[in-house]
Amino acid sequence: MNKSKRKSKPPKKGESGRGNHFRPQLPKSPTGIQGLDEITGGGLPKGRPTLLCGSAGCGKTLLAMEFLVRGATQFHEPGVFMAFEETAKDLTQNVASLGFDLKDLIARKSILLDFVYVERSEIEETGEYDLEGLFIRLGEAIDSIGAKRVVLDTIESLFAGLPNPLILRAELRRLFRWLKDKGVTAIITAERGEGSLTRQGLEEYVSDCVVLLDHRVSEQTSSRRLRVVKYRGSTHGTNEYPFLIDEDGISVLPVTSLALQHIVSSERVSTGVARLDAMLGGKGYYRGSSVLISGTAGTGKSSFAAHFADAACRRGERVLYFAFEESPSQIMRNMRSIGINLQPWVNKGLLQFHAQRPSFAGLETHLVMKHKVINAFKPQAVILDPLNSFIVGNNEIGVQSMLMRLLDFLKTKQITGVFTSLISSGHTVEQSDSSISSLIDTWLLLRAFDSGGERNRGLAVLKSRGMAHSNQIREFLLTDHGVELRDVYVGASGVLTGSARLTQEAQDQAVHMLQKQEIERRQIELKRARQALEAHIAALHAEFEVKKTESLRITGQEQAQGAQLAQGRLEMGVSREEDVTAKNPMRRAK
Amino acid sequence: MKTKRARPVRTTVTSTGRKAKSRLYILKLYVAGQSPKSVTAIANMKKLCEANLQGRYVLDVIDLYQQPQLAQGEQIIAVPTLIRKLPSPLRRIIGDMSNTERVLVGLDLRSEA
Repeated sequence: MNKSKRKSKPPKKGESGRGNHFRPQLPKSPTGIQGLDEITGGGLPKGRPTLLCGSAGCGKTLLAMEFLVRGATQFHEPGVFMAFEETAKDLTQNVASLGFDLKDLIARKSILLDFVYVERSEIEETGEYDLEGLFIRLGEAIDSIGAKRVVLDTIESLFAGLPNPLILRAELRRLFRWLKDKGVTAIITAERGEGSLTRQGLEEYVSDCVVLLDHRVSEQTSSRRLRVVKYRGSTHGTNEYPFLIDEDGISVLPVTSLALQHIVSSERVSTGVARLDAMLGGKGYYRGSSVLISGTAGTGKSSFAAHFADAACRRGERVLYFAFEESPSQIMRNMRSIGINLQPWVNKGLLQFHAQRPSFAGLETHLVMKHKVINAFKPQAVILDPLNSFIVGNNEIGVQSMLMRLLDFLKTKQITGVFTSLISSGHTVEQSDSSISSLIDTWLLLRAFDSGGERNRGLAVLKSRGMAHSNQIREFLLTDHGVELRDVYVGASGVLTGSARLTQEAQDQAVHMLQKQEIERRQIELKRARQALEAHIAALHAEFEVKKTESLRITGQEQAQGAQLAQGRLEMGVSREEDVTAKNPMRRAK
Repeated sequence: MKTKRARPVRTTVTSTGRKAKSRLYILKLYVAGQSPKSVTAIANMKKLCEANLQGRYVLDVIDLYQQPQLAQGEQIIAVPTLIRKLPSPLRRIIGDMSNTERVLVGLDLRSEA
């Protein structure tokens, strides 16, 4: 058995149900089937028969067989498989493809296979009879290996093999009661009937638990679904759950967790483009957030996704890349052209590609497969490129619910999800992705600008929850060393990109140079003016000095004349012999 | 109840036994204990064999309660079941053998009229 990882799962949910310790729950028998125990809250009703119905080819026998095999290998409950349609040899071969080694289990007396052969043409009815033979046979089988689980697959074929349906009905009723008395957990499979759960109305007799399997085809793709129709004495998930049959058996997906209670991280992870990090509050995306990169065709969505993958791998994280349009080698070749080499990460086992066409399977099957791959690889980042290739015709609602389930799943696992989405040019951007935008934390918008005979790429952050992000539109170029962000010109004529931006830049430079020259010229002029002014001032100064000297000279002359005059008058007084008082003015004059 | 063997009266099958009437019949009747249907079936079979196959039949009555493991090997579901081992082909007749006509048809002792 290659089931080691499942085997290690402890059968903890066995008896008590969903962690509810207070209320006594119906004892349950865990199936060990991925997801089914979660839906049924611990498994099938212990010691009671369960009816498993569905149309041909929907997986009844496999589910029943897995119930027995897991019971035998994980829960130490031997089981009896009573087959009415397939021989023991056929069954062994059929389930070997799921990795069940029945031969070994039979040899170890964990499982007993009994093929009941009923051929109408060989049987002659001659009076009253009952099915005591079947009871004895089953009882003997159960007792011989101490079985706790029993599968009857498909007991309805008795109706074809035995002539009297009245006797058969009475006997089946007795059989189910007898199984209950025996205390074995039983699965009885039955064909889906027209307008009723089973063709022979077995649901009348087996009424403790009814599980319905369905295999539906819509838009040419099929998906398997499982629904617990009835579970007496227990709560159970009532939705239709998609399930998958692959080499590991059955896995049912208990989706649509409505709790919204996932724990978020405040750790930031780089987008792989430095300037984009800067636009997102300087640090990049939140770990575990969901990122949508939408844009029209050829705007470089995948390149941003590849940048992110490259950056994550550089940090040593594991990345899972789901591609729906290109093959891995095509993606890697294309990314090499912009200088991102993903091959080393693939070689190192850090990057894993899963490329499948969306039409390969139904939405649910895709979802279950993604779950499985994610659970197995345990990545820190998941890339879906592109999302909307799932939308075929009118299934948008289905796609949305699938994405919601997937995003919920990623968030609970704290896996950063990067999704690309192609916008058809007819719609406005906000419209075309509005259905999923509420699920998205960070939404980058890439668009092409048509101007001046060329297309240029622009990037804007439409929203980014929980961070201060840039409101600017940036132009970006896909260079041979990755994505490069540039500022764009926003002017009266709108946003300028590409060569228009370059022209604008050149024009600006010319204008700038002219301005510079003008300033220099003015400075020189000013200097000259100052020099002229200073010269003028010096001339005035000199003139002033001249005038000053002149005026001083005149003043001196006048004073000398005055003194002479006074002297002369004194001398005249002396000569006229004036009185003593006349001496004073003479003294003053001195 | 033990395995009862109705007195095996064997007539030697000789090379002259070309006639259908002279073929040896090996019959096994599977019953479940002393249930009314089983008892009726045993009685009916004994009577029928004595009347139609006297001297050239072996009738084994097997109680499945005593030998439950035989039910699987012989593909028994209904009880009582009569299995005609010989002459081949193998035939199964279920019921309490109260419809003698149908038993005889089932044993190829009477062509279906």
